[in-house]
Amino acid sequence: MSAAPVIVDIRHISKSYRRGNQVIPVLEDISLAIVAGEFLALMGPSGSGKSTLLNLIAGLDRADGGTITVGETDISALSETELAAWRAAHVGFIFQFYNLIPVLTAFENVELPLVLTDLTRRQRREHVQTVLRLVNLEDRMDHYPRQLSGGQQQRVAIARALVTDPTLLVADEPTGDLDRVSAEDVLVLMERLCSELGKTIIMVTHDPRAARRARRVKHLDKGVLTNALETPLPECV
Amino acid sequence: MLWKLLYRNAFRHKLRALLTVVGVAVAVLAFGLLSTLVDAWYAGVSAAAANRLVIRHAISLTFSLPIAYMEKIRAVDGVKAVSLMTWFGGIYIDRKNFFANFAVDPKSFLDLYPEFILTEDQRSAFLKDRRGCIAGRGLAERFGWKVGDTVPLQGTIYSGDWPMTLRGIYQGRDKSTDENQLFFHWDYLNERLKERWPRRANQAGIFVIEIAHADDAPAVAGAVDAVFKNSLAETLTETERAFQLGFVTMSEAILVAIRLVSLIIICIIMAVVANTMIMSVRERMHEFAVFKTLGYGAFHLGGLILGESLVICAAGGALGIACTFPALRILAGYVGNIFPVLDITPTTLWLDVLAAVMVALVAAAFPIRKVITVRIVDALGRVA
Repeated sequence: MSAAPVIVDIRHISKSYRRGNQVIPVLEDISLAIVAGEFLALMGPSGSGKSTLLNLIAGLDRADGGTITVGETDISALSETELAAWRAAHVGFIFQFYNLIPVLTAFENVELPLVLTDLTRRQRREHVQTVLRLVNLEDRMDHYPRQLSGGQQQRVAIARALVTDPTLLVADEPTGDLDRVSAEDVLVLMERLCSELGKTIIMVTHDPRAARRARRVKHLDKGVLTNALETPLPECV
Repeated sequence: MLWKLLYRNAFRHKLRALLTVVGVAVAVLAFGLLSTLVDAWYAGVSAAAANRLVIRHAISLTFSLPIAYMEKIRAVDGVKAVSLMTWFGGIYIDRKNFFANFAVDPKSFLDLYPEFILTEDQRSAFLKDRRGCIAGRGLAERFGWKVGDTVPLQGTIYSGDWPMTLRGIYQGRDKSTDENQLFFHWDYLNERLKERWPRRANQAGIFVIEIAHADDAPAVAGAVDAVFKNSLAETLTETERAFQLGFVTMSEAILVAIRLVSLIIICIIMAVVANTMIMSVRERMHEFAVFKTLGYGAFHLGGLILGESLVICAAGGALGIACTFPALRILAGYVGNIFPVLDITPTTLWLDVLAAVMVALVAAAFPIRKVITVRIVDALGRVA
């Protein structure tokens, strides 16, 4: 393991959903440490709880028990408003279906998270242009999502996730809706973000090819983390 | 950028947005027209002068007062001037050509009502001709009358033909001055009555007095009524405003109904716009979840939804207000004889704006609550 500091410290997390009177456990006593600059893949069959775990780490949902500390912040203790502000500052999201706003151009979609910051319009423009250049979409900044291919839309989504320079990048099946070539492009890009920019990435995936890009792979089965492949890729850290 | 987003979202479904805008416009238009009609009902009240009192028969306005009262009234302390008026109720060619016409004492009448503006020549011609009459500008335009024309009125209360010569066309000093009335010499009426129905002669419908100070109105009114107490024709003296208000009160039920209809229209459009906003937001719930994911809180999300609602209602409100003016001109063509003063007031315009804003606020309330309370993970999983 690398000597890098732990950036995400998950301790004894549990989560269940209620359906009528029935309580359905999703995660049971999960503990996991993720170091800064790590590229972690979470794998597991459908319903194993990997997306739920990702949502908890990203502050989109709340655990029933246990604590999640990201950096110095115990996000389990934050109020909804504090959690929203924390997400805005510390987490970049990449979704399976890109989730771009259709009435906004690529540039405007990437600019969205920056609207909440104190940056001037000019500073925002510079940030957006930088990340769009990073994902090779500088020439498509005025295109609307419907005018872009799936791979390009996902790269816009990655740019949007990156633009605030977050502590964490979380990706939920980022290649799930892409063809093989586009998926490869996206994975290469994510690898670069980890290796060149030192970004900490947590990715949920079904795809073993995608998981192979990660430094470490953790498996979830029926809400429990299992000891499976852990392939360190030191150059990523 | 949020302004851009707000505008684009508001018109994302162009047909739906357009229909909603038209709906709001129609509601604001209807609200504006109905409010203006109610205002028109009160036009006489707002045009009433504070220093004029009306003296009528204490039992009912349908009973007239002896002309001999005029001098006794003039003698009451605080009375500056006296005039008289009698509702004639004449018809011009056809009953549908209704307009108000009164027999008046010309000199005192014109002195007492400075809001009816005549040129010096026309005033003088009117005063000199006992068969002369004056008409308001609106009335003259309506029937194409020119000074010198003969106006043949047919009596209803006082039967027979009553030809008279138009000696002047007055203009209103104020916007609220009724320019759809006709006034002629009381002497002309009285002379004919003396010949045909002597028992109906030497009577006046009402007396109008001018007082020096509006504050003295209660005292002067009391003094006038005291003079005729226990007589065969006791009087009831009230301010011109109260007198006009008495007519309005007679149709209070209709006014209440009109106001109720206005409110119902606004409530209906509230429901329509609320439905549009709910549908629109429900379809985009996953987008709002994305916004929440990115850190957008209740303030921004509420602002976006309320902004959309306001954009639609502002567009509808502006269109409705813009249409009110030509609609009123068209309406005046049909009901101008009943409502001579049919102008939209600043208050009505502000109420139009307020109604549009209220519709926007109420319509946005439900979707805002839904977006703020929905769990991100639930909304992200939702397929529109």
